[in-house]
Amino acid sequence: MNIAIVKYNAGNIHSVINALGRLGVKALLTDNEEELRRADKVIFPGVGEASTTMEYLRAHNLDRIIRDLKQPVLGICLGQQLMCSRSEEGNAECLGIFDVPVLKFNPQRHEDKVPHMGWNTIETDGKGIFKEFDKPEYVYFVHSFYVPVCDWTAARTDYILPFSASLHKDNFYATQFHPEKSGGTGERILKNFLDI
Amino acid sequence: MLAKRIIPCLDICNGRTVKGTNFVNLRDAGDPVELGRLYSEQGADELTFLDITASFEGRKTFTELVERIAANISIPFTVGGGIHELKDVERLLKAGADKVSVNSAAIKNPHLIDEIALNFGSQVCVAAIDAKQTDEGWRCFLNGGRVPTDRMLFEWAHEAQERGAGEILFTSMDHDGVKQGFANEALRHLSDELSIPVIASGGAGAKEHFRDAFTEGHADAALAASVFHFGEIPIPELKQYLCDLKIPIRI
Repeated sequence: MNIAIVKYNAGNIHSVINALGRLGVKALLTDNEEELRRADKVIFPGVGEASTTMEYLRAHNLDRIIRDLKQPVLGICLGQQLMCSRSEEGNAECLGIFDVPVLKFNPQRHEDKVPHMGWNTIETDGKGIFKEFDKPEYVYFVHSFYVPVCDWTAARTDYILPFSASLHKDNFYATQFHPEKSGGTGERILKNFLDI
Repeated sequence: MLAKRIIPCLDICNGRTVKGTNFVNLRDAGDPVELGRLYSEQGADELTFLDITASFEGRKTFTELVERIAANISIPFTVGGGIHELKDVERLLKAGADKVSVNSAAIKNPHLIDEIALNFGSQVCVAAIDAKQTDEGWRCFLNGGRVPTDRMLFEWAHEAQERGAGEILFTSMDHDGVKQGFANEALRHLSDELSIPVIASGGAGAKEHFRDAFTEGHADAALAASVFHFGEIPIPELKQYLCDLKIPIRI
Protein backbone atom coordinates (compact mmCIF):
# COMPACT_ATOMS: atom_id res chain seq x y z
CA MET A 1 0.00 0.00 0.00
CA ASN A 2 1.16 3.46 -0.93
CA ILE A 3 0.77 5.88 1.99
CA ALA A 4 1.78 9.52 1.70
CA ILE A 5 2.24 11.95 4.57
CA VAL A 6 1.86 15.63 3.77
CA LYS A 7 5.22 17.29 4.27
CA TYR A 8 4.96 20.78 5.73
CA ASN A 9 6.29 22.95 8.55
CA ALA A 10 4.65 21.01 11.39
CA GLY A 11 5.94 19.02 14.33
CA ASN A 12 5.24 15.34 15.12
CA ILE A 13 5.38 14.10 11.52
CA HIS A 14 8.06 11.58 12.48
CA SER A 15 5.95 10.05 15.22
CA VAL A 16 3.32 9.28 12.57
CA ILE A 17 5.98 7.70 10.34
CA ASN A 18 7.18 5.64 13.33
CA ALA A 19 3.63 4.52 14.18
CA LEU A 20 3.02 3.38 10.59
CA GLY A 21 6.38 1.62 10.68
CA ARG A 22 5.22 -0.38 13.71
CA LEU A 23 2.23 -1.49 11.58
CA GLY A 24 4.66 -2.57 8.88
CA VAL A 25 3.89 0.31 6.52
CA LYS A 26 6.57 2.53 5.06
CA ALA A 27 5.11 5.97 4.37
CA LEU A 28 6.32 8.55 1.89
CA LEU A 29 6.81 12.05 3.26
CA THR A 30 6.11 14.46 0.41
CA ASP A 31 4.72 17.82 -0.67
CA ASN A 32 4.76 16.82 -4.34
CA GLU A 33 1.33 17.15 -5.97
CA GLU A 34 1.66 14.04 -8.16
CA GLU A 35 2.90 11.86 -5.31
CA LEU A 36 0.06 13.02 -3.05
CA ARG A 37 -2.57 12.44 -5.74
CA ARG A 38 -1.23 8.98 -6.61
CA ALA A 39 -1.11 7.70 -3.00
CA ASP A 40 -3.70 5.15 -1.85
CA LYS A 41 -4.11 7.08 1.37
CA VAL A 42 -2.89 10.43 2.63
CA ILE A 43 -2.17 11.45 6.23
CA PHE A 44 -2.15 15.12 7.20
CA PRO A 45 -0.60 15.29 10.70
CA GLY A 46 0.59 18.28 12.59
CA VAL A 47 1.43 20.11 15.75
CA GLY A 48 1.76 23.83 15.37
CA GLU A 49 -0.02 27.16 15.07
CA ALA A 50 -2.99 27.49 12.71
CA SER A 51 -2.44 30.84 10.96
CA THR A 52 1.28 30.43 10.19
CA THR A 53 0.68 26.86 9.06
CA MET A 54 -2.14 27.93 6.72
CA GLU A 55 0.13 30.61 5.26
CA TYR A 56 2.72 27.92 4.57
CA LEU A 57 0.16 25.59 2.98
CA ARG A 58 -1.14 28.37 0.72
CA ALA A 59 2.36 29.45 -0.27
CA HIS A 60 3.10 25.86 -1.34
CA ASN A 61 -0.27 25.30 -3.02
CA LEU A 62 -0.94 22.48 -0.56
CA ASP A 63 -4.30 23.97 0.48
CA ARG A 64 -5.76 23.29 -2.96
CA ILE A 65 -4.04 19.91 -3.31
CA ILE A 66 -5.37 18.61 0.04
CA ARG A 67 -8.89 19.90 -0.62
CA ASP A 68 -8.97 18.13 -4.00
CA LEU A 69 -7.76 14.72 -2.79
CA LYS A 70 -10.15 11.88 -3.63
CA GLN A 71 -8.62 8.98 -1.69
CA PRO A 72 -9.09 8.52 2.09
CA VAL A 73 -7.36 11.37 3.95
CA LEU A 74 -6.67 11.40 7.70
CA GLY A 75 -6.02 14.72 9.44
CA ILE A 76 -4.46 14.52 12.90
CA CYS A 77 -4.61 17.19 15.65
CA LEU A 78 -3.80 20.49 13.93
CA GLY A 79 -4.59 18.58 10.72
CA GLN A 80 -8.21 18.19 11.84
CA GLN A 81 -8.42 21.85 12.81
CA LEU A 82 -7.00 23.03 9.48
CA MET A 83 -9.63 20.95 7.64
CA CYS A 84 -12.33 23.13 9.22
CA SER A 85 -13.62 26.49 7.94
CA ARG A 86 -11.68 28.83 10.17
CA SER A 87 -9.78 28.89 13.47
CA GLU A 88 -9.75 31.33 16.36
CA GLU A 89 -6.02 30.58 16.60
CA GLY A 90 -4.45 33.53 14.80
CA ASN A 91 -7.87 34.17 13.18
CA ALA A 92 -6.94 31.77 10.39
CA GLU A 93 -8.97 30.98 7.29
CA CYS A 94 -8.65 27.21 6.92
CA LEU A 95 -9.32 24.57 4.26
CA GLY A 96 -13.12 24.49 4.66
CA ILE A 97 -13.53 20.74 4.14
CA PHE A 98 -15.70 20.65 7.27
CA ASP A 99 -17.93 23.71 7.48
CA VAL A 100 -17.42 24.29 11.19
CA PRO A 101 -15.19 26.79 13.03
CA VAL A 102 -12.36 25.93 15.47
CA LEU A 103 -12.77 27.63 18.85
CA LYS A 104 -10.55 28.27 21.86
CA PHE A 105 -11.32 26.40 25.08
CA ASN A 106 -12.82 28.68 27.68
CA PRO A 107 -12.11 27.13 31.13
CA GLN A 108 -14.97 27.32 33.62
CA ARG A 109 -13.28 25.90 36.71
CA HIS A 110 -9.73 25.68 38.07
CA GLU A 111 -9.55 21.97 37.24
CA ASP A 112 -10.21 22.76 33.57
CA LYS A 113 -6.61 23.23 32.56
CA VAL A 114 -5.75 24.35 29.02
CA PRO A 115 -4.19 22.80 26.98
CA HIS A 116 -6.35 19.72 27.36
CA MET A 117 -3.46 17.31 27.75
CA GLY A 118 -3.46 13.62 28.50
CA TRP A 119 -5.67 10.57 28.10
CA ASN A 120 -9.39 11.06 27.74
CA THR A 121 -12.23 8.87 26.51
CA ILE A 122 -13.90 9.02 23.11
CA GLU A 123 -17.40 7.89 22.28
CA THR A 124 -17.42 6.94 18.64
CA ASP A 125 -19.92 6.20 15.89
CA GLY A 126 -18.36 2.72 15.57
CA LYS A 127 -17.75 3.23 11.85
CA GLY A 128 -14.87 4.03 9.51
CA ILE A 129 -11.69 4.51 11.52
CA PHE A 130 -13.66 3.43 14.62
CA LYS A 131 -14.82 0.14 13.19
CA GLU A 132 -15.52 -2.37 15.99
CA PHE A 133 -15.28 0.29 18.69
CA ASP A 134 -18.21 -0.63 20.91
CA LYS A 135 -17.27 1.14 24.15
CA PRO A 136 -15.51 4.36 25.20
CA GLU A 137 -11.74 4.14 24.75
CA TYR A 138 -8.87 6.27 26.04
CA VAL A 139 -6.77 8.24 23.55
CA TYR A 140 -4.08 10.90 23.94
CA PHE A 141 -4.90 14.60 23.45
CA VAL A 142 -2.82 17.79 23.46
CA HIS A 143 -4.71 20.88 22.31
CA SER A 144 -6.00 24.30 23.32
CA PHE A 145 -8.52 24.75 20.49
CA TYR A 146 -11.45 22.48 19.69
CA VAL A 147 -14.04 21.69 17.04
CA PRO A 148 -17.61 21.87 18.40
CA VAL A 149 -19.95 18.90 18.01
CA CYS A 150 -21.44 19.18 14.52
CA ASP A 151 -23.02 17.15 11.67
CA TRP A 152 -19.67 15.49 10.89
CA THR A 153 -18.74 14.45 14.43
CA ALA A 154 -17.56 10.82 14.36
CA ALA A 155 -16.33 10.71 17.97
CA ARG A 156 -16.90 13.03 20.88
CA THR A 157 -15.10 13.76 24.13
CA ASP A 158 -16.25 15.76 27.10
CA TYR A 159 -13.71 18.25 28.43
CA ILE A 160 -15.02 21.63 29.61
CA LEU A 161 -17.77 20.86 27.09
CA PRO A 162 -18.55 18.09 24.59
CA PHE A 163 -16.42 18.56 21.46
CA SER A 164 -15.52 16.69 18.27
CA ALA A 165 -12.70 14.25 18.98
CA SER A 166 -13.07 13.10 15.38
CA LEU A 167 -14.76 14.20 12.17
CA HIS A 168 -15.76 12.33 9.04
CA LYS A 169 -17.18 13.49 5.72
CA ASP A 170 -16.89 11.54 2.45
CA ASN A 171 -13.21 10.59 2.01
CA PHE A 172 -12.01 12.94 4.77
CA TYR A 173 -11.35 11.61 8.28
CA ALA A 174 -9.84 13.56 11.13
CA THR A 175 -8.92 13.16 14.79
CA GLN A 176 -8.21 15.84 17.38
CA PHE A 177 -6.27 13.28 19.43
CA HIS A 178 -3.01 11.59 18.44
CA PRO A 179 -3.61 7.98 17.33
CA GLU A 180 0.15 7.65 16.82
CA LYS A 181 0.62 8.27 20.57
CA SER A 182 -2.45 6.42 21.83
CA GLY A 183 -0.97 2.98 22.43
CA GLY A 184 -2.97 -0.06 21.28
CA THR A 185 -6.18 1.92 20.76
CA GLY A 186 -4.37 4.33 18.47
CA GLU A 187 -2.91 1.44 16.51
CA ARG A 188 -6.41 0.04 15.97
CA ILE A 189 -7.55 3.41 14.61
CA LEU A 190 -4.58 3.73 12.25
CA LYS A 191 -5.07 0.14 11.13
CA ASN A 192 -8.76 0.79 10.45
CA PHE A 193 -7.78 3.82 8.37
CA LEU A 194 -5.31 1.72 6.38
CA ASP A 195 -8.06 -0.87 5.81
CA ILE A 196 -10.66 1.60 4.46
CA MET B 1 -12.98 12.28 31.96
CA LEU B 2 -9.33 13.23 31.76
CA ALA B 3 -7.32 10.41 33.35
CA LYS B 4 -4.67 10.81 36.03
CA ARG B 5 -1.38 9.70 34.52
CA ILE B 6 1.10 7.10 35.77
CA ILE B 7 4.59 7.85 34.49
CA PRO B 8 7.55 5.52 34.95
CA CYS B 9 10.77 7.48 34.94
CA LEU B 10 13.87 5.89 33.49
CA ASP B 11 17.05 7.52 34.72
CA ILE B 12 19.68 7.03 32.05
CA CYS B 13 23.41 6.79 32.56
CA ASN B 14 25.61 5.75 29.64
CA GLY B 15 22.55 4.48 27.77
CA ARG B 16 21.40 2.26 30.64
CA THR B 17 18.58 2.67 33.14
CA VAL B 18 19.58 3.35 36.71
CA LYS B 19 17.95 4.47 39.93
CA GLY B 20 19.51 5.35 43.22
CA THR B 21 18.37 6.15 46.71
CA ASN B 22 18.44 9.89 47.36
CA PHE B 23 20.25 10.29 44.01
CA VAL B 24 23.36 8.28 44.99
CA ASN B 25 24.25 4.56 44.95
CA LEU B 26 22.98 3.95 41.43
CA ARG B 27 21.67 0.49 40.59
CA ASP B 28 21.34 -0.96 37.09
CA ALA B 29 17.80 -1.77 35.99
CA GLY B 30 18.02 -2.60 32.34
CA ASP B 31 17.84 -1.44 28.76
CA PRO B 32 15.78 1.77 28.34
CA VAL B 33 14.07 0.75 25.09
CA GLU B 34 13.07 -2.71 26.32
CA LEU B 35 11.94 -1.35 29.65
CA GLY B 36 10.03 1.49 27.94
CA ARG B 37 8.24 -0.93 25.65
CA LEU B 38 7.39 -3.19 28.57
CA TYR B 39 5.91 -0.25 30.49
CA SER B 40 3.95 0.86 27.45
CA GLU B 41 2.44 -2.62 27.11
CA GLN B 42 1.65 -2.70 30.82
CA GLY B 43 -0.38 0.50 30.56
CA ALA B 44 2.02 3.31 31.48
CA ASP B 45 0.46 6.58 30.31
CA GLU B 46 3.73 8.30 29.49
CA LEU B 47 7.43 7.71 29.92
CA THR B 48 10.16 10.03 31.09
CA PHE B 49 13.83 9.48 30.25
CA LEU B 50 16.23 11.56 32.31
CA ASP B 51 19.91 11.62 31.47
CA ILE B 52 20.90 12.07 35.09
CA THR B 53 24.59 12.47 34.55
CA ALA B 54 24.20 15.00 31.79
CA SER B 55 23.76 18.16 33.73
CA PHE B 56 26.50 17.28 36.23
CA GLU B 57 29.10 16.22 33.71
CA GLY B 58 27.93 18.55 30.98
CA ARG B 59 27.07 15.74 28.60
CA LYS B 60 24.32 15.84 26.00
CA THR B 61 21.41 13.42 26.16
CA PHE B 62 21.89 10.56 23.76
CA THR B 63 19.99 11.38 20.61
CA GLU B 64 20.31 7.89 19.21
CA LEU B 65 18.65 6.39 22.23
CA VAL B 66 15.76 8.83 21.80
CA GLU B 67 15.40 7.77 18.16
CA ARG B 68 15.21 4.11 19.17
CA ILE B 69 12.64 4.89 21.84
CA ALA B 70 10.52 6.88 19.37
CA ALA B 71 10.57 4.06 16.83
CA ASN B 72 9.50 1.44 19.36
CA ILE B 73 7.04 3.11 21.70
CA SER B 74 3.46 4.23 21.00
CA ILE B 75 2.84 6.50 24.00
CA PRO B 76 4.13 10.02 24.68
CA PHE B 77 7.57 10.41 26.20
CA THR B 78 9.59 13.19 27.75
CA VAL B 79 13.34 13.57 27.64
CA GLY B 80 15.37 15.53 30.15
CA GLY B 81 18.91 16.11 31.28
CA GLY B 82 21.63 18.04 29.55
CA ILE B 83 19.30 20.52 27.87
CA HIS B 84 21.05 23.86 27.94
CA GLU B 85 19.83 25.69 24.86
CA LEU B 86 17.22 25.69 22.14
CA LYS B 87 19.47 23.63 19.86
CA ASP B 88 19.34 20.74 22.36
CA VAL B 89 15.55 20.91 22.38
CA GLU B 90 15.35 20.93 18.60
CA ARG B 91 17.68 17.93 18.34
CA LEU B 92 15.65 15.88 20.84
CA LEU B 93 12.28 16.76 19.30
CA LYS B 94 13.65 15.86 15.88
CA ALA B 95 14.80 12.52 17.28
CA GLY B 96 11.19 11.87 18.28
CA ALA B 97 10.70 13.13 21.84
CA ASP B 98 7.24 14.57 22.51
CA LYS B 99 8.32 16.81 25.37
CA VAL B 100 11.53 17.99 26.95
CA SER B 101 12.04 18.72 30.61
CA VAL B 102 14.37 21.50 31.65
CA ASN B 103 15.72 21.82 35.15
CA SER B 104 19.05 23.40 36.08
CA ALA B 105 19.40 25.23 32.77
CA ALA B 106 16.03 26.93 33.20
CA ILE B 107 16.87 28.15 36.69
CA LYS B 108 20.18 29.52 35.42
CA ASN B 109 18.54 30.98 32.31
CA PRO B 110 14.76 31.30 32.79
CA HIS B 111 14.40 32.76 29.31
CA LEU B 112 15.01 29.24 27.94
CA ILE B 113 11.41 28.39 28.89
CA ASP B 114 10.08 31.35 26.88
CA GLU B 115 12.17 30.29 23.90
CA ILE B 116 10.99 26.67 23.98
CA ALA B 117 7.34 27.70 24.32
CA LEU B 118 7.63 30.26 21.55
CA ASN B 119 9.41 27.95 19.12
CA PHE B 120 7.77 24.60 19.81
CA GLY B 121 4.68 25.33 21.95
CA SER B 122 4.07 25.12 25.67
CA GLN B 123 3.01 21.49 25.40
CA VAL B 124 6.60 20.35 24.81
CA CYS B 125 8.05 22.27 27.77
CA VAL B 126 8.09 20.53 31.15
CA ALA B 127 9.68 22.60 33.90
CA ALA B 128 11.33 20.11 36.28
CA ILE B 129 11.97 21.42 39.76
CA ASP B 130 13.98 19.67 42.48
CA ALA B 131 13.18 21.18 45.85
CA LYS B 132 13.93 20.55 49.49
CA GLN B 133 12.31 21.86 52.65
CA THR B 134 14.51 24.39 54.46
CA ASP B 135 13.99 26.78 57.36
CA GLU B 136 12.77 29.41 54.90
CA GLY B 137 10.44 27.01 53.07
CA TRP B 138 10.74 24.90 49.91
CA ARG B 139 13.97 25.79 48.13
CA CYS B 140 14.99 24.80 44.58
CA PHE B 141 18.21 22.85 44.04
CA LEU B 142 20.40 22.31 40.99
CA ASN B 143 22.35 19.39 39.54
CA GLY B 144 20.37 16.54 41.03
CA GLY B 145 20.13 18.15 44.43
CA ARG B 146 23.77 19.05 44.89
CA VAL B 147 23.56 22.84 44.68
CA PRO B 148 21.09 25.11 46.51
CA THR B 149 19.72 28.14 44.63
CA ASP B 150 18.17 31.43 45.70
CA ARG B 151 14.87 30.32 44.12
CA MET B 152 11.92 29.16 46.16
CA LEU B 153 9.65 26.41 44.81
CA PHE B 154 6.31 28.20 44.61
CA GLU B 155 7.53 31.47 43.11
CA TRP B 156 9.73 29.66 40.59
CA ALA B 157 6.93 27.28 39.55
CA HIS B 158 4.66 30.25 39.03
CA GLU B 159 7.28 32.09 37.01
CA ALA B 160 7.88 28.98 34.87
CA GLN B 161 4.16 28.82 34.13
CA GLU B 162 4.06 32.52 33.20
CA ARG B 163 7.02 32.03 30.90
CA GLY B 164 5.18 29.29 29.04
CA ALA B 165 5.96 25.94 30.65
CA GLY B 166 3.24 23.41 29.86
CA GLU B 167 3.71 21.26 32.96
CA ILE B 168 5.56 21.27 36.27
CA LEU B 169 7.45 18.15 37.35
CA PHE B 170 8.02 18.62 41.06
CA THR B 171 10.49 16.33 42.82
CA SER B 172 10.80 16.54 46.56
CA MET B 173 14.44 15.80 47.41
CA ASP B 174 13.35 15.01 50.96
CA HIS B 175 11.00 12.28 49.75
CA ASP B 176 12.90 10.92 46.74
CA GLY B 177 14.13 7.36 47.20
CA VAL B 178 12.74 7.11 50.73
CA LYS B 179 9.49 5.38 49.62
CA GLN B 180 7.34 6.99 52.30
CA GLY B 181 4.95 8.84 49.98
CA PHE B 182 4.95 12.03 47.92
CA ALA B 183 5.19 15.57 49.33
CA ASN B 184 1.42 15.96 49.25
CA GLU B 185 1.08 19.26 51.06
CA ALA B 186 3.48 21.06 48.74
CA LEU B 187 1.94 19.27 45.77
CA ARG B 188 -1.54 20.41 46.66
CA HIS B 189 -0.32 23.97 47.08
CA LEU B 190 1.27 23.84 43.61
CA SER B 191 -1.71 22.18 41.92
CA ASP B 192 -4.19 24.59 43.42
CA GLU B 193 -2.10 27.66 42.61
CA LEU B 194 -1.10 26.79 39.05
CA SER B 195 -3.21 26.54 35.92
CA ILE B 196 -0.94 23.94 34.27
CA PRO B 197 -0.69 20.23 35.16
CA VAL B 198 1.57 19.18 38.03
CA ILE B 199 3.44 15.87 38.03
CA ALA B 200 4.30 14.45 41.44
CA SER B 201 7.74 12.90 41.80
CA GLY B 202 9.78 11.45 44.62
CA GLY B 203 8.59 9.15 47.37
CA ALA B 204 6.50 6.39 45.79
CA GLY B 205 6.80 3.18 47.80
CA ALA B 206 3.26 1.77 47.87
CA LYS B 207 0.04 1.95 45.86
CA GLU B 208 -1.52 4.12 48.56
CA HIS B 209 1.10 6.78 47.90
CA PHE B 210 -0.18 7.24 44.36
CA ARG B 211 -3.74 7.47 45.66
CA ASP B 212 -2.66 10.16 48.12
CA ALA B 213 -0.77 12.15 45.46
CA PHE B 214 -4.01 12.37 43.46
CA THR B 215 -6.57 12.78 46.24
CA GLU B 216 -4.54 14.80 48.79
CA GLY B 217 -1.89 16.30 46.54
CA HIS B 218 -4.28 17.07 43.65
CA ALA B 219 -1.56 15.98 41.23
CA ASP B 220 -2.44 15.45 37.57
CA ALA B 221 0.17 12.73 37.18
CA ALA B 222 2.53 10.73 39.34
CA LEU B 223 6.02 9.69 38.38
CA ALA B 224 8.13 6.94 39.91
CA ALA B 225 11.13 4.81 39.05
CA SER B 226 12.41 2.05 41.29
CA VAL B 227 9.03 0.71 42.42
CA PHE B 228 8.34 -0.02 38.76
CA HIS B 229 11.83 -1.10 37.69
CA PHE B 230 12.20 -3.68 40.40
CA GLY B 231 8.64 -4.92 40.04
CA GLU B 232 7.61 -3.86 43.53
CA ILE B 233 4.43 -2.30 42.16
CA PRO B 234 3.26 -3.77 38.84
CA ILE B 235 1.59 -1.02 36.79
CA PRO B 236 -1.56 -3.03 35.90
CA GLU B 237 -2.13 -3.77 39.59
CA LEU B 238 -1.58 -0.12 40.53
CA LYS B 239 -3.99 1.13 37.88
CA GLN B 240 -6.67 -1.38 38.86
CA TYR B 241 -6.29 -0.33 42.49
CA LEU B 242 -6.73 3.37 41.61
CA CYS B 243 -9.60 2.59 39.27
CA ASP B 244 -11.41 0.68 42.03
CA LEU B 245 -11.13 3.83 44.16
CA LYS B 246 -12.97 5.76 41.41
CA ILE B 247 -9.89 7.78 40.52
CA PRO B 248 -10.05 8.42 36.74
CA ILE B 249 -7.45 6.06 35.28
CA ARG B 250 -6.89 4.63 31.82
CA ILE B 251 -7.19 0.84 31.98
